[in-house]
This record gives sequence, C-alpha cells and structure tokens, in this order.
Amino acid sequence: MSRRRTGYDDVVVTTPVTLPYVRYSIRGAHWFLAGALAELFKQSGFRKDEVEGLCVSSFTLAPDSAVGLTQHLGMSLRWLDHIPMGGACGVVALRRAARAVQSGDAEVVACVAGDTNHTDSFRLNVGSFSQFAQDAVYPYGSGGPNASFAFLTSYYMRTYGATREDFGKLCIDQRANGIKHPHAMLKKPLTLDEYLNARLIADPLRLYDCVMPCAGADAFLVLRRSEAEKRGLPYARILATIEGHNTFPDDPIQYRGGWALDCDEMYAQAGIGPQDIDVLSAYDDYPVINVMQIEDLGFCKKGEGPDFVRRHTFTADGSFPFNTSGGQLTLGQAGASGGFLGLIEIIRQVTGRPLGAAISNARFGLVSGFGMINYDRGLCSGAAILAAGQSS
Amino acid sequence: MSEPALLQLVTALTAGHIRVVDLTQTLSPEFPQIVLPPEMAQAWPFRVEEASRYDARGPGWYWNNFSCSEHTGTHFDAPIHWISGRHLPNNATDTIPAEHFIAPAYVIDCSRESATDADFLLTKTFIQQWERRHGRIAKGSWVLMRTDWSKRTDPVAYQNIDATGQHTPGPDTEAVQFLVDERQVLGFGSEAIGTDAGQAFHLRPPYPCHYYMHGAGRYGLQCLTNLDLLPPTGAVIIAAPLKIKDGSGSPLRVVALVPEANTAPARTAAKKTARKIKTAPKRKKHPRKKR
Amino acid sequence: MTRPLVRPPRKNPILRTRMPTLPPSGRSRVALGLTAAAARGQLELQVCRDCGTVQYPPREACKACLSHRLDWKPQDGKGELLSETTLRHANELFFRERVPWRLGIVRLDSGPTVVAHLHEDCAAAPTRVRVQANLDRAGQAVLVAVPEKGTPNMAEDRQLREMTCDPKFRKVLITDAKTPLGRATVEAIVAAGADLVWAGFAEPWKKPPGFERLSALPQVSLVPLDLTDSRAVKSLAGEIGGRVDILINTADHHRNYGIAAREGVETARAEMDINYFGLLRLAQEFAPVMRARGADGQSSAVAWVNVLSIFALSNFPPHGTYSASKAAALSLAQCLRAEMATTGVRVINVFPGPIDDEWNQALLPPKIAPQRLAADIVAALRGGAEDIYPGDIAQDWLARWRDNPKALERELAVQR
Repeated sequence: MSRRRTGYDDVVVTTPVTLPYVRYSIRGAHWFLAGALAELFKQSGFRKDEVEGLCVSSFTLAPDSAVGLTQHLGMSLRWLDHIPMGGACGVVALRRAARAVQSGDAEVVACVAGDTNHTDSFRLNVGSFSQFAQDAVYPYGSGGPNASFAFLTSYYMRTYGATREDFGKLCIDQRANGIKHPHAMLKKPLTLDEYLNARLIADPLRLYDCVMPCAGADAFLVLRRSEAEKRGLPYARILATIEGHNTFPDDPIQYRGGWALDCDEMYAQAGIGPQDIDVLSAYDDYPVINVMQIEDLGFCKKGEGPDFVRRHTFTADGSFPFNTSGGQLTLGQAGASGGFLGLIEIIRQVTGRPLGAAISNARFGLVSGFGMINYDRGLCSGAAILAAGQSS
Repeated sequence: MSEPALLQLVTALTAGHIRVVDLTQTLSPEFPQIVLPPEMAQAWPFRVEEASRYDARGPGWYWNNFSCSEHTGTHFDAPIHWISGRHLPNNATDTIPAEHFIAPAYVIDCSRESATDADFLLTKTFIQQWERRHGRIAKGSWVLMRTDWSKRTDPVAYQNIDATGQHTPGPDTEAVQFLVDERQVLGFGSEAIGTDAGQAFHLRPPYPCHYYMHGAGRYGLQCLTNLDLLPPTGAVIIAAPLKIKDGSGSPLRVVALVPEANTAPARTAAKKTARKIKTAPKRKKHPRKKR
Repeated sequence: MTRPLVRPPRKNPILRTRMPTLPPSGRSRVALGLTAAAARGQLELQVCRDCGTVQYPPREACKACLSHRLDWKPQDGKGELLSETTLRHANELFFRERVPWRLGIVRLDSGPTVVAHLHEDCAAAPTRVRVQANLDRAGQAVLVAVPEKGTPNMAEDRQLREMTCDPKFRKVLITDAKTPLGRATVEAIVAAGADLVWAGFAEPWKKPPGFERLSALPQVSLVPLDLTDSRAVKSLAGEIGGRVDILINTADHHRNYGIAAREGVETARAEMDINYFGLLRLAQEFAPVMRARGADGQSSAVAWVNVLSIFALSNFPPHGTYSASKAAALSLAQCLRAEMATTGVRVINVFPGPIDDEWNQALLPPKIAPQRLAADIVAALRGGAEDIYPGDIAQDWLARWRDNPKALERELAVQR
C-alpha cells in the first residue's frame, strides 16, 4: 500500500498569528479574517499586494465565500482556495498552500481561518451544518456535536475501558498548559473533582468535556524557505502530511479516525517515528477524540489509549507534551479557527516562540486535525509533521 | 273595499281595537324540518351564513345569506306542491291570485284531544259539532286546526318521531273532503310540520289533506303558532307567500287581525253567523308573549 | 420500565399556557421519503435496485454503486443499540423544554447506522432494539428505537408520547355520534381511557337504534352539533373548544349516486355540505383554539381526525358525488394540516374502505365493521401515523393507487 509521496522540499510555514478570541461578537466573520490577515502582514512584513495566494476557512462567512472575501478585503490574487473542513482545515490548508508554492502557482500563500459568534450563531450553524445533520441528527434533540460525541465517548469507554478519570486527566493537563496562554478563555486550573462533577451535558459528557464556542481568527504564511530567510522570518519545515475523508465508512460507529489508514506512510515520508515527536497538537473538541488520535497516530495501539493516558503526563513539561496551548478546551472554539489552533501552536513550539507553556528544544511537532460531524462521525482527518527550521 | 272602510281599519288598528297576532315561527337553524326517508330528496332546513358583520368582509354593515326549502318553517303550500294539483291554473306561488292572501279564519280547537292523543284525527263530525257552536264555515276562508302543538318547543317533542314515524295530529280524509267540497274553504292550516297528520301516509289516500286540498286548488299553511290567541271566528289572516317563480310554496310571515272585543272573557251564544263578531270561549290566557 | 400514565392534575389557571414549540422541521426533499412511509405508520429505507444496498440517511444516489434507482422499501428495523446518551442541554426550544432526552445510535441488521430517539425501556447498550419511524410534533419522520420485544405501558414512554396522540386522560369531541361509526368511535375512545367524550348529534328528533346507550356512559356528554349550521358550530366551539384535545370528525353524508343516476344536485350538495363545508366550518371554529393549546401540558390539544374515504383517492363512480365530496375534504384536510403544523396538533386522515353500514349495503364484502374502524382510529392516535387506510378494500385500493393511479381509475370505471 506504500506509495511514493513527493516531499515538500523547501516549502516552509511561518508567522503564526492569532486574533484573540472573544465569547460573542457583533462583528461579521470578515472582521475577524481581516484582523488576522492584517496581523499576519504586519508580523511578516509582507504587503497585502505581495501575497499572491489566499486560503480561507470559515463557517460564518455566508453568503460570501473566499471569492467574496477577495473583493471585501481588496486582495488581488493568483491563487485562491476555500477549505470548508472544520477541524481538519489547518492541515489541509497547509497541504494545499505548500503544493501551490512548491509548484510555483503562488509565491506566498496566506492561510486564514476564523469565525464570528453571535448569540444564535452556534444553533443556526449546527442546525444547517449538513444535509445529513439536518435530516437525520438535528431533529433528534438538537444537541449538536455534544450528542454525537456522547455516543462515541460512551462506546469508547465501554469497549476499551476508558474512565471519566482518564479523560479528566487529559483535560486537567491541557488546562494546566492553557492557563499560561495569554488568550485562555478559562483561566483557572481544573481539578479532577470539578471535572467529574461538572454539569451534565449529554451523558457521559459534562461541561469540561465540551469546548466553548467563541469568535476569533488565526493565520499563517506558506512560502519558500529562501523567501522566509530573506525576510528573517522564523519558520517550520513541512516533513509530511496526510488527509483522509470518510475513511472507514463501514465501521458501525466511529472508534478510529482516518489517520489509522496511513499514519505509517506519514512517518515514512517524514523519516521519523512517533517516538521522535516532541509535541503533539491533537484536535480536542472532546477528550475522547484526543485518545483516538493518540492511538491512531501510532503512539500506542488501538484500545491502549486509556493505559497510555494513565502512564503519561501531558503538560508541556510532562512525559508527553500535548496540546501545549491548552487547546480548544481552554482557549475556546472559534469556528474554523479550531482547525488552525493546533497547527499554529506547533509552528510556535518548533520555532521556539510559544505564547504560553513552552517545551524545550522541540524539534519535531505533530499536528492532527479532525472535523465535520456530517452525520454520525467526523469525516475529515489530517495530520502534519513539522520540523524546526534553521532559526533565523 | 271602500276607502272609509280601510280608514276604519287603520283607525281600529291604531286605537288597539284590532290586534295583530303573529302566527309565525321564527326561522332558525334549530327549527325542525320535515323528515323523509333518507334516500329521498330532503327539504333544506333554514341555514344562515354570515356575509359580514362590520368587519373586513363588509366594514360598515351586517348581513347574512340564508338558505332553506320552500317548505321550511312556517310556510305556505301551493296547489302545485302536490301531484293532484299539478295541472291546475294559477297553482304556483307566482300565479296565485293576490286576493287569496287575505281571508277570514276559523279556528277549530283540538288542543284537548291532541294533548292526549298525538295521532288525533279531526273528523267531519268534529267539525260539524264545532259549527253547531260557532257557526257555519264560510266559503273562501281558512280553517286552522289548533292543537297547541306549537307549544312543544323541544324539537324532539315537536317532531314526535318513533320507530313507526311521526305522530302529530291532522285531519282525516272525510274531514278534508267535507271542507273542500261542502265548505269550499280557501285552505287548511296546522301547527304541526304538515297539514296532514304524522301518520297520514297510512290514510286513504295517503296525505289526504295535501291530495284533496291541492287537487282542488286550495292552499296549506303549516308550522303555525299562536293559534290559541285567535278567536274561533272573526280573525282575518294575511298570508302572502314569496313570489317564487313556479314555486310550490314558501316560508312566509302569517299575521292575524283580531278584533279586540274578541279577547274579552265573555261567553256568548253559539249560533251566530260567520261574519258576525263574537267572543271567544272563556279560556286560560297564555302568559307567553313571544318565543 | 415505563410507568403507566397518571391523570394530570387540573391546570393551574394563574399560569400562562405554554406556547407550542416544534422540533426542527427542515428536511431535504429526498428525506421526505421517510416521512411518506411514517405517515402511514411504516419504516421504509432506501434500497438500491441495482446492488441491494440499504442506506440511511436518505441520499440522492446509492452510496455503494451510485445508482439513482433507489426504492423506499419496508424494513423491520431490527438492530443493535451501539451507544446512547441522555441530552441535558439542547439548542432548540422544543428540546430545551423537554430535556433530559434519551438518544441512541443503532446499527441496523440491514447495514446502516442510525441516530434514533431511544425508548426508556431499551436496556443499556449493547442491546437488541427495533427502530420504527414516527412523525414528530413537527410532522416530520424521526426514528425511534424501542425494545425489540414489547413492554408494558410501552406507548406511555414520555418521549414517545411527544410523537403520538394517545387519547388517555384526554378530552375528545366526536362530531357525529349517531352513525354506527360514530357510536363505535365513542365507545372505543372511552375504552381508550379518555376523560371526557363530547358526542355530537344533529337532528335530535331522529334517534337511531343504540344511540341512547351512549348517554349511559359516564364519560360521555351529548352535545347538539349539526355541521351544516355555522352558528351551531361556532356556538359549540365557544362552549367547549378550549377544552377539546382531540377532535374526531365522523360526520358523513353518503348517498349512492353517480351523475346519471340522480337528477339534480340536491344530494350532492348535501354531501358537500357535511363532508366538505362541515369540515371547513369545524376547522374555522375549533382549529384556532386547538392551535393555541398545542403545548398545554400532558393533556394538550394533540390531534384532529378526519374520517374520509378511500374513494377520496380515486372516484368510485357508483358513489360518484360522494367520492367527489371526500376528495374535496381531503384537499381541505391538507390545508388544515398545513395550518395546524406550526403548533404540533396532528391532522390524521382516515381513508376507510366501504364501511359495513346502510349506505354500502349493495357493495359486496369485504367491508369494514364500524368497530374495527374505530379501533384503527384509536390505534392511529396511539401510534402516530397521520394517514391510515383501514380495511382490506382500502389497503387493496391504496396499493393499486400507489402502483398506478391511472390503472385504478380504469379499474373503478368498470366496477359496478
């Protein structure tokens, strides 16, 4: 099954920026996307008209798409993409942009993701998320992703012996990482007692298993290494990437993601193994999916996730530095930005510029994305291994 | 009539010397209509649909559309109504001579008999005995059969239907023939739902009052009320059906003009001529004014 | 296990009557195939004619072979409950007002994984269940996982009751109790545990055999009601409309004529006056107040039943004018259903085959007994279908009509 994958040569990713998240906003998505791009241009030194490519992810841009955004923001482009892939959009945007730069279709691509959050945005978005969601999920209690992940969590716990305490440990360590982050929405440490006894949302999920919807935006740049070095921009190299969609359709219920299909190829392409990964950013809208990623990305076997959790600590200074920004569970889920958040953190860690908790000498970082509960499971998965570049 | 006579009439009405008695049942959806076997065509009951009531359908006015049969409520039967009268001249509501709409009335009180016998049949003998007390029925007059049936305000009691059909009083065949041939009456009126008795289907011929009256060009009035307020003789009936083209009958307003002296509780000699005013027999006055 | 329903306390008159809310009603057109079957009380899923794949959620093409040739076919719904949750929080008002709410995810034996409302009598996962399709308060089909084997009081599950119209402890108006069907319906609704049955009767002077017996039932209150009398309908609605939870329109005028066999329009008009205008009068007077009570506690206003006829689908020429009046009533009932839909009050249309009564005397059997039809009406209220076709003839004609309406028209044209 092994295939020949072309490497990314000297394409690099740089300048991770975040427009700090807010719980609710009266602004439109365009406001957040513009803010992140402005910050991106400011920090990178690129003028707006120097950027040839744009890659956009947003749920709340409607009725606009990336096309409308070009005129809205006065950008003239030679390359444009729109990645409506939720939690996988960061990895996918990186892949698309890297190939565009590598092939010369665009010299510099700005990738941006962001959403606004009005008081009713979340309900409207969940209710019309997909045709299957509209037809076959939303009329069932209108619980949104909480209900879907409750099924998966419950199934996983029963099948593999995970406990609430296992998930709690991950959440507590993530929080410990996150409270060091200047953008943390939740600013207090989480105790196991608080976690276990929080308000029930959808059994077995309780309050601290669920992310908080908010508004915000993130962005990064993809360009040639030579260009980054010329401008003195710290960068990360792209060693390998994968993505998958609707990967195991015959699984009765989701207990694994698309990573399980080809994470071996990813490591082969990167030339390293799981043991070499210094920091992992997993998509963390619910803790069960964290454990699945740890398994499916090869850090342990399927079903050994609970044991892995018990054997490790997940803080930045722990035995398995994990979601060192605090993840969405601490910073909030700013719509499509949630798909960028982990990638942004890996770029920051491997370039040695974290905003919050830092790990020392992170050479290899793995970012994993997961998204789009179209019906009963997340359809999109992706992962990328980034390596520290020569620092500028 | 001469002009002074009409002026006299108006003066008497104004002075209260002549009372106007309304013999009409209110047209309402609740008032029962004739019952026929369900496979036959049915008489429409009175139904009313509001057209507007000072609302969006007509902002400044209130009015209704109504529907009913020619034989709904207090109504008039024209000769054309019955097969025996179908070829007569001037037999429909639009061709009946207008002078027939005003005529004297003779009121035969069968209320006591009807109270104990719902199937009471008015006989020739009964009429002749009545004439001995009140005088001979004059040609061209209405004969009204008072049964107090109209006091049965409960529609179920009014219809009085059991498994053998309806049970209401009416005339027998011989009585009808007597009134038609020997008294040449203008028509026959009743308080029940037909001029014939409820069980008249079983008489020979069936429905003799319809058969002979209409066959002879005479009329019917049914569902009358307030006959107890009329004297046996001396009242004049105004009963003009709607001028429906080829109409077999029509709901109508029936009023009686009654000389006030008639209501005095005095008894006079029985033998009088029909035209002469005389007093009614002493009877209990009904306190009911209006339904 | 589901506990039997208890009679709710009397309504507290100082509290505002809750406004009806609905579960999400948006569906793609293809998903309405599920609703079409659920309306008849059946579970049907898409089956590929080319490769046999059974699929759900509904799609525009076969997920296995991309064929467009998809048929909705009946399913037994058996499967395994893989996982469950109980929602404590919901985004939509309808569910916010009703949490906790139990949901399950079920792998059907036929292949698909389905998200379903989960009956409280289903054991914890993994367990065997049967998935059925019900119409929810929005009138759209939803899947409900129930125990594979029935349990006592199963219909009284709190969630299931949000999708059904159980007459138990409810107050029911039956518009014409004088017909054999009317009498049977009164008795069946009383037997189903209704608190109060208003039994309407027109022309009180006509007393059909057996009618007197109804008034002996303690739950029954006889009320004069003649659907041809607009004022009477309005008046009764004023008196009892605010308490009617279920209205069953049994009033029917039926004569056996086509066009040529009867001169004039008198009988046809009488049929229209009861069968069509009678429904219109009822709807104008009773529907508004029932709409306002769509969420009035356990015994809210919940259903409106129209007894139509299978003749409404395709004209039965020997009863031609009657068929036309029932077709008109069907059309109006669809309008009523649309107008009631915003409040969750279900409009149930009943399409019986010929009833074994005086007006179908000349028709050969099979004919449906009034008692059987009444039982089917109660079953529809309890089960949650919105279109039922009781009796063998109705089922036969329905099958022919769904297969080929033109063929049924021809078949009926030669039937005498």
